[in-house]
Amino acid sequence: MPFEFVRRRKIWYTISLLVIIPGLISILLQGLNPGIDFTGGNVLEILFEKPVKLQEVRESLREFNLEGSWLQQSGSSDFIIRTPALSQKESDRVISGLEKKLGEMTVLRNDFVGPTIGRELTRNALLALFVAGLLMLGYITWRFEFKQGIAALLALLHDALVVVGIFSIFQIEVDSAFVAAILTILGYSINDTIVIFDRIRENMLNRKKGQAIEDIVNNSIHQTLARSINTALTVIFVLLALYVFGGSTIKNFILAMLIGVVSGAYSSIFGASQIWVDLKLREHGKKAMA
Amino acid sequence: MNWKSISKLVGIIVLTAVVSILFFSPNLKPVYNKDITWMPLVKMINLGLDLEGGVHVVLQAEDTPESPVTDDAIKRVMAVINNRVNATGVAEPIIQQQGKDRIIVELAGIEDPDEAVNNMIKVAHLEFKTEDGRTVITGADLKDAVEATLPGTNEAQVNLTFTDAGAKKFAQITAANVNRHLGIYLDGQLLQNPRINEPIPNGQAQITGYSSLEEAHNIAILLRSGALPVKVDVIEKRSVGPMLGADSLAKSLKAAIVGIAAIFIFMAAYYRVPGLIANLALIIYTLIVLAVFAALNVTMTLPGIAGFLLSLGMAVDANIIIFERIKEELRNGKSLRAGIDAGFKRAFVTIVDSNVTTLLTAAVLFFLSTGPIKGFAVTLSVGILASMFTAVTLTRYMLQLTAGSKLATNTKLYGA
Repeated sequence: MPFEFVRRRKIWYTISLLVIIPGLISILLQGLNPGIDFTGGNVLEILFEKPVKLQEVRESLREFNLEGSWLQQSGSSDFIIRTPALSQKESDRVISGLEKKLGEMTVLRNDFVGPTIGRELTRNALLALFVAGLLMLGYITWRFEFKQGIAALLALLHDALVVVGIFSIFQIEVDSAFVAAILTILGYSINDTIVIFDRIRENMLNRKKGQAIEDIVNNSIHQTLARSINTALTVIFVLLALYVFGGSTIKNFILAMLIGVVSGAYSSIFGASQIWVDLKLREHGKKAMA
Repeated sequence: MNWKSISKLVGIIVLTAVVSILFFSPNLKPVYNKDITWMPLVKMINLGLDLEGGVHVVLQAEDTPESPVTDDAIKRVMAVINNRVNATGVAEPIIQQQGKDRIIVELAGIEDPDEAVNNMIKVAHLEFKTEDGRTVITGADLKDAVEATLPGTNEAQVNLTFTDAGAKKFAQITAANVNRHLGIYLDGQLLQNPRINEPIPNGQAQITGYSSLEEAHNIAILLRSGALPVKVDVIEKRSVGPMLGADSLAKSLKAAIVGIAAIFIFMAAYYRVPGLIANLALIIYTLIVLAVFAALNVTMTLPGIAGFLLSLGMAVDANIIIFERIKEELRNGKSLRAGIDAGFKRAFVTIVDSNVTTLLTAAVLFFLSTGPIKGFAVTLSVGILASMFTAVTLTRYMLQLTAGSKLATNTKLYGA
């Protein structure tokens, strides 16, 4: 007896819901932790020559009424400071003020994003997700069938919700790269799903009389399983290497991608085709009623 | 043994090795004349600001009652900024218009990004004010300002030329304010306060009373380049110090090497002979992609590297789809040659369908985003296209050669 991917689909749906629902609740209750790309503001990364304590930096920021800023220390003398939007003059004053108080330092990064940009970015991000979704639905409908398009999109929605939910639960900062990560995940996950759909299409053509649709799909998943797992593994190798060895600036981007690839592999094997089976069986049910 | 096939295979391997060495060898460093010790090809690929250090600024021109934002005004602001940036000696600045009223400026490899931005927009606005403090003329009305020496007396002066509209205003104001002062303010600060001696109807005025030609020269530059025709604000600025840039680059490379090595080991261990061939195809894939980047003048950013590495994962995918198919065909009792051909045929549709969907997202990213994310979309697309090409042509050709060479005839070596 081969492993039942399709007939046990209620279990797989439940697992997905157990991951998604806490995320949804978190999104509703506390939302996401938007970076300056979305809110506007400044991010300053500074490397002091001598070791400096977090408390000293916060003290020094008091002079500029910025002691409430978000502060992060990485290493003994590397600090990331996130403040509300400062003008060039104000930011210059803060930099020279810190230098005077805490000693020689190097400004590694000084980003400023005005509030207008943030609004545009949010709008563009949503537009991008919408357009990408429509294009995929169109392509799958053309190459396969509309119901598979719907099933694939639901699986994508699943992946997006998993990533956004986890980022909300742990309040990990999201920036414009996060949007790119989400879109890439969708691209990857649909890629994964299509390979299985492709096999289902092929097997449907050779369908034997009376063969249950669940069995055809189950066989298709089994036939593509090694590929699904191996591909996910190779992508995960690369992402893990980037996460462990890559720079701090792309950590969150890679983390989103990692969660998404795992979720994408799961939804392709345990979700998309199963949803299609459900849609398909409903169609048959209707015919039987008529 | 079929020596013809073997020699072709060996030829491909040697050729790949030679090209790789040319691409990556540190010994070629002097040829490229930059102290990047690895990958001279990187020198031919532009490095983004996040890898090289530098600053990316988006300027927003704002309407004021005296000087509305027009296309011409934006063009003039860009010219002024170009002058100022060139004066600081920054190599290859990027200054481009975005939308109707925005300008993007990118300066690479500068030591002090904040100072550069300050200098660039230092003088935001030039105004002429009457003694009662009214702004009567702005930089938009000034066409030119040049220093000169008066023939005979050798006295230094600055010659002002106004635009047609400016000349009309200037004629009225000078007529109404003879013997009074007309203050010239740069960014709200008084720069010059000359007295109007007589009405000036033709838009040509002189400011005199400088102690040297040099002083007149400096004032002329300030007036000229200070004449931003509209008010400009920084609405986005991202600056990366050279230290962080170099650090990011080194870390990304390390990550890339570890990630690729992991893929190589996995493919060889899991797929045996085809795995080795896939690894060879991956090397060729990497060479093709990097060459395309260099040819297309792609700017490599941090997300761009991530996009490239992700496409590498997907390049492997095409091979995996093919190998899994071949395995099935062999298990169904086909011969090696027939199995390879059938496997390819069936995998081809799948590879196209699955990659087109990813290309669609990359296209959306490209058209709906800016900056580094656009670069990410480009690298991802180039990667996907190249991976489809190498998988269905090179991998296939090399597999057929291997099968034809009779070096490895046992189907077990192909995973069956």
